[in-house]
Amino acid sequence: MADISNNFVGIKSPNPFWLASAPPTDKAYNVERAFKAGWGGVVWKTLGEEGPPIVNVNGPRYGAIYGADRRLLGLNNIELITDRDLYLNLREIKEVKKKWPDRAVVVSLMVPCEEQAWKTILPLVEETGADGIELNFGCPHGMSERGMGSAVGQVPEYIEMVTRWCKQTTRMPVIVKLTPNISDIRYPARAAKAGGADAVSLINTVSSIISVNLDNFSPEPSIDGKGSHGGFCGPAVKPIALNMVAEIARDSETASLPISGIGGITTWRDAAEFLALGAGNVQVCTAAMTYGFKIIEEMTSGLETWMDAQGHQSLDDIIGRAVPNVTDWQYLNLNYVTKAKIDQDACIKCGRCHIACEDTSHQAITLMVDGARHFEVIEEECVGCNLCVNVCPVENCITMEQLPAGSKDQRTGKKVVKKYANWTEHPNNPSVTAAE
Amino acid sequence: MQGKARRKRMVEGVADGRLSAAELQENFADIHPPLDQHEALVASDRCYFCHDAPCVTACPTAIDIPLFIRQIATGSPMGAAETILDQNILGGMCARVCPTETLCEQACVREVAEGKPVQIGLLQRFATDAAMAKNKQFFQRMPATGKSVGVVGAGPAGLACAHRLAMHGHNVTVYEGRKKPGGLNEFGIAAYKTVDDFAREEVDYVTAIGGINIHYGQALGSKVTLEKLRDDHDAVFLGMGLSGINALGLKGKEPKGVEDAVDFIARLRQASNKGRLPIGRRVVVIGGGMTAVDCAVQAKLLGAEEVTIAYRRGQDQMNASRYEQDLAVGHGVIIREWLQPVKLKTKSGSVSGITLEYTALDRKKLVGTGETITLAADQVFRAIGQTLGDDNGSAVEGSLRLSGGRITTKPDGATSLAGVWAGGDCTSHGDDLTVTAVAQGRDAAEAINTALQG
Ligand SMILES: Cc1cc2nc3c(=O)[nH]c(=O)nc-3n(C[C@H](O)[C@H](O)[C@H](O)COP(=O)(O)OP(=O)(O)OC[C@H]3O[C@@H](n4cnc5c(N)ncnc54)[C@H](O)[C@@H]3O)c2cc1C
Ligand SMILES: Cc1cc2nc3c(=O)[nH]c(=O)nc-3n(C[C@H](O)[C@H](O)[C@H](O)COP(=O)(O)O)c2cc1C
Ligand code: SF4
Ligand code: SF4
Ligand code: SF4
Repeated sequence: MADISNNFVGIKSPNPFWLASAPPTDKAYNVERAFKAGWGGVVWKTLGEEGPPIVNVNGPRYGAIYGADRRLLGLNNIELITDRDLYLNLREIKEVKKKWPDRAVVVSLMVPCEEQAWKTILPLVEETGADGIELNFGCPHGMSERGMGSAVGQVPEYIEMVTRWCKQTTRMPVIVKLTPNISDIRYPARAAKAGGADAVSLINTVSSIISVNLDNFSPEPSIDGKGSHGGFCGPAVKPIALNMVAEIARDSETASLPISGIGGITTWRDAAEFLALGAGNVQVCTAAMTYGFKIIEEMTSGLETWMDAQGHQSLDDIIGRAVPNVTDWQYLNLNYVTKAKIDQDACIKCGRCHIACEDTSHQAITLMVDGARHFEVIEEECVGCNLCVNVCPVENCITMEQLPAGSKDQRTGKKVVKKYANWTEHPNNPSVTAAE
Repeated sequence: MQGKARRKRMVEGVADGRLSAAELQENFADIHPPLDQHEALVASDRCYFCHDAPCVTACPTAIDIPLFIRQIATGSPMGAAETILDQNILGGMCARVCPTETLCEQACVREVAEGKPVQIGLLQRFATDAAMAKNKQFFQRMPATGKSVGVVGAGPAGLACAHRLAMHGHNVTVYEGRKKPGGLNEFGIAAYKTVDDFAREEVDYVTAIGGINIHYGQALGSKVTLEKLRDDHDAVFLGMGLSGINALGLKGKEPKGVEDAVDFIARLRQASNKGRLPIGRRVVVIGGGMTAVDCAVQAKLLGAEEVTIAYRRGQDQMNASRYEQDLAVGHGVIIREWLQPVKLKTKSGSVSGITLEYTALDRKKLVGTGETITLAADQVFRAIGQTLGDDNGSAVEGSLRLSGGRITTKPDGATSLAGVWAGGDCTSHGDDLTVTAVAQGRDAAEAINTALQG
């Protein structure tokens, strides 16, 4: 059986699945239920500095988008950091860590951007015996207006500065949580590294308005007829998160920086993809908030089963394995030619491939052949774009078949060449011509 | 079961009150309860929004099914209702009575793929019910044309025709032989397919467009002649269905207890208290179509102990779909095939049994084998096909060309007589489906409109 135990910047946990800092980790009651269910670790719901507790709205704080059968695809929230007393949280963190020594307990923090504020809170956290801290530079709403959260996360200089203060003050590993609400994720990651961060974690939630109520024209969730932008998370944000993780993993400046992958992880498969793109472990929030803690059983067993089937013995065998295959568009092989192929036995004749290709693409799929409804790829027209594969409701009904070297591409009339050739050397590339 | 209740149920002969009011209520409840909001969303999400969708081709009224389902999925049941009613103004009834398993849902690609079609009929009902509950009218009359059209019969064909004509601005006078509108929607469809007073409500909903005057008790033949209709109106549409029943063709006088299935069903549909309807303890239904199934199932639901459908060919040749047959069997009806009636047994003036002869195919011809079987029966129902009927036959015979005992029509409903169109069961193109009658009524209205404008 594959070993899925995890060591992330020296923090050990029986599996790589942590609960992200959010409502599931807001108090001992929830965290203990999570540990009982089998979660490897938690990042405690973000703590703020000492003082009157944070005030949340008293109306709805979540909104959602759905897929078929009301399956939740994305959640948006306008919740703030913990609204419980700092010392109550610290006490509970200490008790839980003592009771569950084999699980990771990391504490998320967000205090004002002043050195003293961080120097005050860090010893208190250290005293709990927690395994590490996560700096919340990600929250896009509520706190950013107060100069915290993503207000800091969007300015690389601040990230570096705050990270350095923390590293100088504490022996605990420092994980910097990044906001996706920025145009190039590599800059904050580089800043975190420069400040001495042990790792980054990403993504926090994406700034969003989830929907608008068309009866009273209020954004949702609606508080007395008004709404505010919130943070978007859940399955819908996974592609954004995957790309950002990969960007950091393959950036030469941050290549060695450990990453805790977050964003839309719902199944073992999602987690495996994050690990493959360079995440050293993963964090989950929305999936747990949607289905409860029991999903951890599917996640761990699914990961183990897949690793066993593939012959991977430990997480080290898979972490970062896809990173070398992430490249820039200009290096993709232009001599790799594919054509769509429809399995006529599997086809249920819904016509979606035809209309998608006919209306919006390359007119490469038939509708009628010899007077009968029949869907077939016209090789002379097919550019191999994959749209039909994506819209076909039947699994594996349309496949992309590579044209073997030496055969003729019916569309271009040219022979398929075996040699790898990319855009940088393509005759149509003006910069190639210029170089001559 | 209490002794008394049991004795009532098992009383010999033809008797009423076999079941309690509560049992009857349960038996005749909606056979396919409507989808609630959530169920409708889940069901609509299953539709693939096919291009050139096979389900549309399979619907005789060619409702844009993918479009209306997408409208439901996106939270616009009213838009969905408009899409439906635009093609089929009796979309509410059709949603209840169409044998979808042989129409739209049979063609659905998800039936092909998984044997589990999108629930088109129930979704259609969801949308049309929503519109009717709000009495939302989608169609207005165009400016009055001053033309008038006479429509015979207020059944599905006549109503669909009248509505479309009214929409085009013509004045429509409907001549209905009975005292109530709706045709077989009101008198024929099985009670559990159209519960409450839906048939009547739908007629009111359809005629609310205005410009449609229904005259009751005005039968063509006895009260008005085709001649007169042609004189009084600019065009005539015949939608009088089939009111005759084929005879069993048995020798001798028919004893009491032998009846046409459609008459029995009509009585049942009109009964204010089903507990008062007498039904036999042992019932035999002769026939193999939808009427035979509806008759047998409803006899069973009224409390008959033993109900047998006897069909002269094999089950595969029955006009009732496999689904309908299973429905009958599921209700405890016995289906016996390859049997044709030869003799009725009588006891003190009432039927007591029926002798049937086994049949076989001899070079594609159906022949009796000589072997017989006798079933005990207190009641025998004829469900062996309908005809134009003697009165209606003579009302049109001589003026109109008939084929196979029904009015010959062109695809647009034109008959052999100028200015006269026909649609629905009474025509040679009718196929004994409500939805087909609606399609033909609508199409004839379009043809009439074109003719009147020309
Ligand atoms: C028992 C039974 C069950 C059925 N179940 C189904 C089902 O589940 N699903 C389905 O799709 N189809 C079913 N059908 C068939 C369907 O009911 C018919 O195809 C449909 O009603 C035909 O419509 P129509 O307008 O042509 O005729 P009808 O519905 O028969 O309407 C004809 C109208 O004309 C009137 N009329 C007749 N003669 C005259 C006259 N001389 N002058 C004036 N008015 C006249 C009648 O009173 C009636 O109102 C069933 C039929 C029967 C008999
Ligand atoms: C209701 C809610 C509250 C959250 N609060 C915090 C928080 O206090 N601190 C933090 O770092 N992230 C917070 N997050 C972000 C999550 O930790 C996580 O980064 C994000 O939801 C993406 O992961 P997911 O797609 O698995 O949910 C919150 C998310 C939600 C839904
Ligand atoms: S989308 Fe798929 S199932 Fe539908 S017609 Fe095309 S190949 Fe067939
Ligand atoms: S009218 Fe009947 S056949 Fe047509 S879509 Fe509706 S239920 Fe199906
Ligand atoms: S065939 Fe089925 S899936 Fe396709 S449009 Fe019709 S109902 Fe929808």
